[in-house]
Amino acid sequence: MLYEQIQSNKRRTIVLLVGFLILVGVVGAAVGYLLLDSLETGVIGALLIGAVYTVIMISNSTNVVMAMNHGQEITQADQAPELWHTVEDMAMVAQLPMPRVFIIQDDSPNAFATGNSPKNAAVAATTGLLSVMDRNELEGVIGHEMSHVRNYDIRISTIALALAAAITLLTNLGSHWWIFGSGGRSRDNRDNNNGGGNGLQVLLLVFSILVMVLAPLVAGMIQMAISRNREYLADAGSVELTRNPQELISALRKLGAAKPMQDVDSSSAALYISNPLKNKKHLFDTHPPIEERIARLEKM
Amino acid sequence: MTLIVIIGVIVLIAIIWVGIYNSLVKYRMQTQESWSQIDVQLKRRNDLIPNLVNTVKGYADFEKTTLQAVTDARANVNNAQGPAATMAASDQLTGALTHLFAVAEAYPDLKASANFTKLQEELTNTENKIAYSRQLFNTTTANYNAKLQSFPSNIVAGIHHFEPSEFIAVPENEKEVPTVKF
Repeated sequence: MLYEQIQSNKRRTIVLLVGFLILVGVVGAAVGYLLLDSLETGVIGALLIGAVYTVIMISNSTNVVMAMNHGQEITQADQAPELWHTVEDMAMVAQLPMPRVFIIQDDSPNAFATGNSPKNAAVAATTGLLSVMDRNELEGVIGHEMSHVRNYDIRISTIALALAAAITLLTNLGSHWWIFGSGGRSRDNRDNNNGGGNGLQVLLLVFSILVMVLAPLVAGMIQMAISRNREYLADAGSVELTRNPQELISALRKLGAAKPMQDVDSSSAALYISNPLKNKKHLFDTHPPIEERIARLEKM
Repeated sequence: MTLIVIIGVIVLIAIIWVGIYNSLVKYRMQTQESWSQIDVQLKRRNDLIPNLVNTVKGYADFEKTTLQAVTDARANVNNAQGPAATMAASDQLTGALTHLFAVAEAYPDLKASANFTKLQEELTNTENKIAYSRQLFNTTTANYNAKLQSFPSNIVAGIHHFEPSEFIAVPENEKEVPTVKF
């Protein structure tokens, strides 16, 4: 079952990449039209930005993601013995190499895993997680993260994160069109005033604005579709490693009751074990509800 | 023509045979590796215990019987032969250590000492690693034994005398594998 899961994850990576690239292209067209009055330049520029983001992410994902989330690496067991030893245990029992370990200064308990392969994986935990959880609960959480590593979830979520970040950048750029873009357009309008084509221009304008508004939502939905089911799988994987569903159940209860994180990068939200933003908009949830996850664990 | 077919079939069987043989060796290797994992942790724990005993001894009125039980159990682990006996001795030592740490709760000075806290974390870590490497050993053993019994690898295993590996009994307070279903 695990092997099929890994295979389907690898297949989905490709589908996901294509879907996301199309979205990046469409957003590029919209931004290009608004800022430069050129659909083609926009598409090419956006695809370049997307490609650069993806390449940076794939080659150096751990450092980039950890910088985005203010993670500090620890390299010795002494710096956080419980966390370090728990990660060691889970890596051993999952038959994975020891990942890099990071700590995020935040009182809200949370954790995530990233990297482009099990060999280059990293696990991060907040200081809140370390103070709130006992050793068994910590084991459940780290077991969940190591399951993401083992299932290759980390590679998919990392690529999705890169493209979501590119889309955020593009729409931010595009949302300033009335500042940067108006000059170019009015000049253009003067030239074109005698010809027709105003209908088309209005249509393109409306289309572009719609894309700017909807793209971040669509990007969020794609990320959601990828991450939601994986959370259940990683919960099951954690129990497979620790042989103790109770650990994870009580850890999830604590995670569910916690307050949101102070300073979290929103495109990384889907990586965390529990939604760090704690916002309640169900259609775009990156995580299944904690109660549902607990209910599934209780059935094991 | 028939000769070519016969040679082809023989070559094919030889290739499959070698493949199965190699995979059996790989599986057997995994069980041996996971056993040596346990062994490393047992040695590590035995190295930590003299430190612990010395640290605790400093607290004059600390129960002598508790310390003696730990020292004896440690010696038993050293002397035990074979996986089953070793793990039985190891479980005894785990029990003795658990008792020692429970008794230590009554000694606030001892609990406050940095040395003791560090040893406690180290020993907890080693105990966990023993439990998890034992789990891993049983998983690799199950994989290997399944390979020995299933067709066609059982034929190759029979001819080349691959012996089944023995499971390590898990202490009763540890949980069974929950069944994971989707």
